[in-house]
Parts: sequence; C-alpha cells; structure tokens
Amino acid sequence: MTQEAKQVVPAATPEALRALVSEVLAEALRQGASEAEATASVSQGLAVTVRLGDVETVEHTRDKGLGVTVYFGKQSGSASTSDLGFEAVRGAVRAAASIARYTAADECSGLADTAVLARSIPDLDLYHPWNPGADRAIEIAAACEHAAREADARIRNSEGASLTSHEGLEVYGNTNGFLGTVAATRHALSCAVVAQDDSGMQRDYWYTVARDASELEALEVVGRQAASRAVRRLAARKLSTRQTPVLYEAPVASSLLSHFVGAVRGASLYREASFLLDQLGKPVFAPWIRLYEQPHLRKGLGSAPFDNEGVATRDRDLVRDGVLLGYVLDSYSARKLGMQTTGNAGGVHNLTIQPGSDDLPALVRRMYTGLLVTELIGFGVNTVTGDYSRGAAGFWVENGEIQYPVEEITIAGNLREMFRQIVAVGRDVDLHGNIRTGSILIENMTLAGA
Amino acid sequence: MSNMLERVRGTLLEPAGIGEGDVGRLMGALLNHRLDYADIYFQYSRHESWSLEEGQVKTGSHNIEQGVGVRAVSGEKTGFAYSDEIMLPALLEAASAARAIARQGSGLTVPSAWRSIPVLDLYQPLDPMTSLEDGAKVKLLEQVETEARRQDPRVKQVMASLSGVQEIVLVMRSDGVQAADIRPLVRLSVTVIVEQGGRREQGSHGGGGRFSYQDLLGEGAAMTYAREAVRQALVNLEAGAAPAGTMKVVLGPGWPGILLHEAIGHGLEGDFNRKGTSAFSGRIGERVASDECTVVDDGSLPGRRGSLNVDDEGTPTQQTVLIENGILKGYLQDLLNARLTGMTPTGNGRRESYAHIPMPRMTNTFMLAGTYDPGEIIASVDKGLYAVNFGGGQVDITSGKFVFSTSEAYLIENGRVTRPVKGATLIGNGPDVLTRVTRVGSDLQLDSGVGTCGKDGQSVPVGVGQPTLLIDGLTVGGTHGS
Repeated sequence: MTQEAKQVVPAATPEALRALVSEVLAEALRQGASEAEATASVSQGLAVTVRLGDVETVEHTRDKGLGVTVYFGKQSGSASTSDLGFEAVRGAVRAAASIARYTAADECSGLADTAVLARSIPDLDLYHPWNPGADRAIEIAAACEHAAREADARIRNSEGASLTSHEGLEVYGNTNGFLGTVAATRHALSCAVVAQDDSGMQRDYWYTVARDASELEALEVVGRQAASRAVRRLAARKLSTRQTPVLYEAPVASSLLSHFVGAVRGASLYREASFLLDQLGKPVFAPWIRLYEQPHLRKGLGSAPFDNEGVATRDRDLVRDGVLLGYVLDSYSARKLGMQTTGNAGGVHNLTIQPGSDDLPALVRRMYTGLLVTELIGFGVNTVTGDYSRGAAGFWVENGEIQYPVEEITIAGNLREMFRQIVAVGRDVDLHGNIRTGSILIENMTLAGA
Repeated sequence: MSNMLERVRGTLLEPAGIGEGDVGRLMGALLNHRLDYADIYFQYSRHESWSLEEGQVKTGSHNIEQGVGVRAVSGEKTGFAYSDEIMLPALLEAASAARAIARQGSGLTVPSAWRSIPVLDLYQPLDPMTSLEDGAKVKLLEQVETEARRQDPRVKQVMASLSGVQEIVLVMRSDGVQAADIRPLVRLSVTVIVEQGGRREQGSHGGGGRFSYQDLLGEGAAMTYAREAVRQALVNLEAGAAPAGTMKVVLGPGWPGILLHEAIGHGLEGDFNRKGTSAFSGRIGERVASDECTVVDDGSLPGRRGSLNVDDEGTPTQQTVLIENGILKGYLQDLLNARLTGMTPTGNGRRESYAHIPMPRMTNTFMLAGTYDPGEIIASVDKGLYAVNFGGGQVDITSGKFVFSTSEAYLIENGRVTRPVKGATLIGNGPDVLTRVTRVGSDLQLDSGVGTCGKDGQSVPVGVGQPTLLIDGLTVGGTHGS
C-alpha cells in the first residue's frame, strides 16, 4: 500500500476539529444510531529535564484522539482512536455501534437534556501559548535547579528540574446540536532535590503551574522552596502511638476534599458505595464550613465553560454552614438518582473551601501540640465506609512551635468524623490545582508509630 | 521467531508503506549526529472493556492506539519524540526533534543489516478480543454477577468488568538489533457491596494474564473471583477497629507480596541507583534482609501479567536475583542505566507506550519459598496482625519509607487468628524491613494477575508474590491504640 492510502486530516485548527466532530456525528446517524456524542482533541508540547546542571531529557509531545459514544435507543457503545483519518474514524463509529448491540438497554442512558446544554460559551482566558523552545526551556530548568542546589550545602543530589509547556484544543459535540470548543494551555516548572547529612537522605520538591507562563512563580523561588522542603526533613524521627490533633499543610489538605468529592459523586451514590449516602440537607462538615465551585474563574486550572457532556457549568455552593447542599452529578447518575445534572461530567471545577483568617504559623500556634502533616503516601481510604489510614511525614509541634521532623508514621480516623472535626481552615490557599484550600486543622486522629 | 517478526512488520510497517530502506534512512537521520544509542519503537494496540453493574452490561468501549517513538541517547541525555502517524515524513520529523540533544558530528554508523535476537515464547501471539464472541463476554459478566449474588442475600451491588488488550511492538536499535512481540493481556475484576443492619462494606477480587478470555471461563477463574470478592466483603462486615502501633505482622501468601514491590523493588531500579537517590544506592553486597529471604524479579514466567518475551528495548526478560539469603545482589536495569553504570541489562526496560520513554521497571517480583509451615508461623505469634489482602501501596525511594494498605486482616491472639479488623495502612522502612523477617513459609504463591505499577506517570502491568512470612515489628496504622 502507499502512503496516500492513509488519508490524514489536517485537524490542528478549531475549524478542522469541529468539522471532524460533525462528520463523526453524521456518520453515527448514517450507521443507524438514534443519538451520538463525540470529543476530538489535539495537543502538543515540550518537556525538558535538567539534572545536575546537564540536560537529561528533551521530549516533544504531540497527541490527538477521537472518542465517540453512540446510542441505539437506550443501548450504547463507545470507541476511541488516535488515528483521525477518515477510515479509522469510521471504524471507531462501527466498533462503538457493534458494542451497542450487546449492551443492555438502560433507561437512564443518553445525551444530556437539551435544556441544560451551554447556550453561550464564555471565554475563560485559558489559552496562552508560550513555545519557549528547547534551548530556552533548558536554561530555565537549569537555573531553577541551580537555585535549589545553591540554597543549602546539604543539597547533595538532585532528581532534576523540569519545564513543561502544553497546549491543547478540544471539541465536544452531540446530536442535540451542541458543538463547543475549548483551547487551553498549561505550563509548569518543577524541581526535586535530595538533602543529605549524617542522618540520611530526604527528597522533596516544589512546583509552579499556570495557564499563562507569565504567572509562573519565579524560578529561584521554586528552586529554593524545593531545597528548603528537602532540608527541613533531615533527621526525622518516629513518634510513639498516640491520639493527636493533625494539621494538614495546604498542598496535602486538598486530598481531604478530593475524598469528599469521591463520596458525593453520582456513581458512588447510586451504587450505594459512599459514606455520605442520603446526607443531602444534613450537616457533614463543621457548621462554619462553606465549599463552593467556581467553574468560570479566568485562567483557572479547573475552569471549564461546559462539562464533558456540553452542560453549562455554573457557580454553586456544595456545602454551606456545614450542610451538604449538592452532589457531583453527570446526566446519567442524576437520572439514576431522580435529580438534575450538576454540570460535573468529568469532575468538579475549582472546588474551593472558604479560607479562614490564620496563616500557617498561626494555625501551628493554635494547634499548640500536635502533628503538622506535609506529606501523605498510600491509598488507605475507603469511600464506602469513610475509614481512613495513610502514611504520613511532617513535623511534631509543641508549645505552638515546630519541634522536629517526623516520618514512618500513619494517621487514621473516619472521614465522616474528620470532616465534622475540622477546627480551622487557613488563608494560605494552595492554587496548584482544581481543589483550592488552605491548611486544614483536624481536632483528633490516631497517630501510629513506634 | 522470525515468523513473529514477519507478522509484526506486516501489521506495523507494510500498511504504512514503510520498507527496510525507509527504516535505514530514519536511523541514518538520527545517527548523523553524535549519539551513543538510538532506537525506534513501533506499536499498535487495541483495547476493549465491558462493564456490568445492577445486573446488566451497560457500557463497553473499544480503543485503538498506534504510533512510533524515536529516542536518541548521548551520555546521560535522552532526546525523545513520537508520532501517532506511522508515516515516513512524521517519523523523520520526530527523528530530527529527538536528535537535538546530540552535538554535531557523527558517531555510530547505520546498521547494514538488521539482526533478530532470540526472544522467549511465554504466551501465544493471540488476539484476546477475538477469542470469545461479544455476546459470550456479556454472558460471562452476567454469570459472575449471578454467582456473586448467589453467595449471600447481603450482597447489594455487584460491579464486574472484563478487559482485553493486544499489543504489537517492534523495536529497531542503532546496534542493528530488532525484536518483535505480540502481547495479549486479559483481566476480569469484581467488586461487591454488602449490607447488614445499615452497615456497608466492599470486597474486590480479580485476575488475568497473558492469555485468552477462554482461560477465564466456566467454573474456573471468573467464578472463583466472584466468590472471593463476596467472602472478603462479608468478613469486613464483622471487622472491628484495627490496632495502632508497632507489632508482629504475618503476611499471607500471594498478593501481599506488594510488600516486596514497594519496600525493595522500586528502590532497586537502576535509574535511582545510578543517580544515587535510592535508599539502596551503593549497597550491593550488603545485608538488607534476614538469611531467610531470597527475592527475585522474573519477567520470563509463562502467561503471567508481568511477563514479556522481550522488554521494550529488545532485551529478553530473565530471572534477576535481587536479594539472595539476605544479601543485596543486583539492580533492575534498562539499557541506558546498565551502560552508564557498567552493568548488564536485565530485560527490565519498559514503557507504557510508544509515547513514553523507557525506564527500569519491575516485571513479576517475588520471594522464594522458605521452610516453615504457614500454620506454625501464625501459631508462633502471641499478639499481632494477620494480613491476607491488600489494596495499593507506595514508596518514597529516597527515605525508603513505604506503605501498603490492608483490605482483609485479622488479629492474632495467643497464636490463633481471631477477629477481623478494618483496613489499615502498614508503614515501614524498605532497607531494614526484611531484616526483621524471622520466618518464611513454604507456600509461595503468585498473585492472580491484577497488578498495575505507576512510576513517573507511566503505568505497566506487573505481578507480585511471596510465601507466608512473619515480620517481627511493623507499624500498623489502625485507630485502636494498644
């Protein structure tokens, strides 16, 4: 066969991707589907890593993909392909249709209701292409790592500094007439170094990420922060087993909120696999807690004008005065529960816990005696029961001051109780991701150690 | 073997109109810069999954991915680019991006002929997706559901999924070596939710390997997974608070071998050791475990989930001894790290796909059998924890601290297994946890074929295993202080 046999769609422009999605939907209808939806995406980027002052990797990424779901009445099937050529795309529709013949009719399946689809698509300012080029990217990563290695004589080794820059374009369309395009960029600089003294080695890292490269933290700040985080862990001790207050530093506190999301997402609820079953309208957090979503924050890392089903996203409170006001639903799970979708197909958007007035040192003073957690490892969280047990590292606090680093301990409790026992939320809001929280102080947990 | 190569070339290169001369041209484009090594990795993979809940298979999906990754290595530097179009112009563009790390000039010469290396024959080069009619896949999941519900009226939800993958790979290296592999992989997973008096608990089990769906059928594997998931969930309905503190821990055989994967496996990967960032760096020849312990990584076991006929860099897999009678013997190597440290590649160079850079990764990691009767091991413990099933684990390579979390565990009191306890995370220090292994059972088992290992954002299928073993002191992260 010749190369010409494989037609390539020049799908790098929004127009071409929109045309592709429209064609896929038309093809699905031609193959007999009653409804269909499709997402097409292209992305490209650069990732460089510099270690010990020298280039370690230079990666050029370029991805594309098409996913399609077809409905034959209430039966559905999905398929995807990384080849956007006409034959491959038609093949994907055929594969999805073939699967739909074997799946069971499901009353709740289908596209999102037309009434809730986004009518206008706000520009959220998510697209800021940078294209630093490999040489410039290497310079930045090298300077960042250099700042880390110069920051302290105990930084003896490095896993390197990385700069990544990606841009992507995504089009979602369905046969209810929705066709939406989102272009977005994401740039990040990270640094991981190893501190060493007579007590042994400790690694830690820091990073900065933004839609717009001009909003990245200064490279020296990232390097120095990585260094100080690694150095402060040296000579960590083990603690004895005890009951203690636990203060989650903001970057790890977001995990508590992601466990909350896991428990109030539609799939966990209709499967009755959640510790927050039937809690709508009931207190699930301490009475002063407010949790809200802001999908339209300009340049937000979790911002989206519409969800994965084309449903309009909007600001809303999930928790007010500690009371659960809403679940995290897509159309399918909403129908299963006899409710309306909340525009969360694909997840939450900039979920935020109302910050308090204390910074981290003030929270440490407020805790007075207890554990400041700066790292969590492992997956010991049971969404069905809320039972929680994870490996931790951090600092022991006495008299309102950090005393020494600790490691090889676990912290355990039950999330239902932990959420109610939140004593304070800091104003040191971590803006690295889709969940925005300050440090969180929990009244009492079990710490297991020596 | 050459038959395999013909088949793979026929799938990957011929439809794109790429001939021997084109690959040579591509390699030439890479090697007109000063490199130590280069490779081109062609891949086609097809994946399907079917899932059941509420008694019905409601969703299924089918995925096709193909592409080529081009890698250029100079010293410690790696240049990498990929394309999801297996077409000459795209490949030349990727080659030009990848070689940018190299200085001008020339080093290696383009191979004049490609040399096939002998690869293993650990699994059939079959397509699991066509090994069963689609209707029969749906029926299998429905049978699993029926079997689970039949076990106990307290079963409220059954979720089951079936997935199959066929991966066709071809790697061509600057030293003229070429290797091909056709890799099937299937997996069936079952999760059940049980309820009693308002209390809900879950249990999960599953298995699979590099074979066809046929191997999961009948009264065999699939039905035992369903029964096992229900049994675990019912045990958890009775579970009380787990203990908190450091105590004796007996780990059951099989999947609890995740201990070895986290505590020592990752720490022995060649990249961390070359860089000196592992808690095991520079410790070959030292004691890191008790005499009882011999631990290996073996990618050459027939049909196992973690096995490969040849790794993703064209090195055949093998059994690599990591720890022998307590002494650290070796690391897991890919080509880059083996070359830079003057060691021999061990067939552990793996990548998630053509779009990822190879790294040293585990295959099937397990501890060899000891001499103790498992019952006697439990009987030797006055007070402790008996943990037989686990969820995931994680490790901090540099500090050596690792965790793994129980999903089925019991108290041991006066030498007897008594009450079940809730899930708890166990935490320890990799370089010394095995020095406290005082008894190793005679009952070596490998896991049922469900493990996936993540490193630097890349996931690969792996296996673990071990006999029953006693650790004389490990921190158990429950809520009940002793």
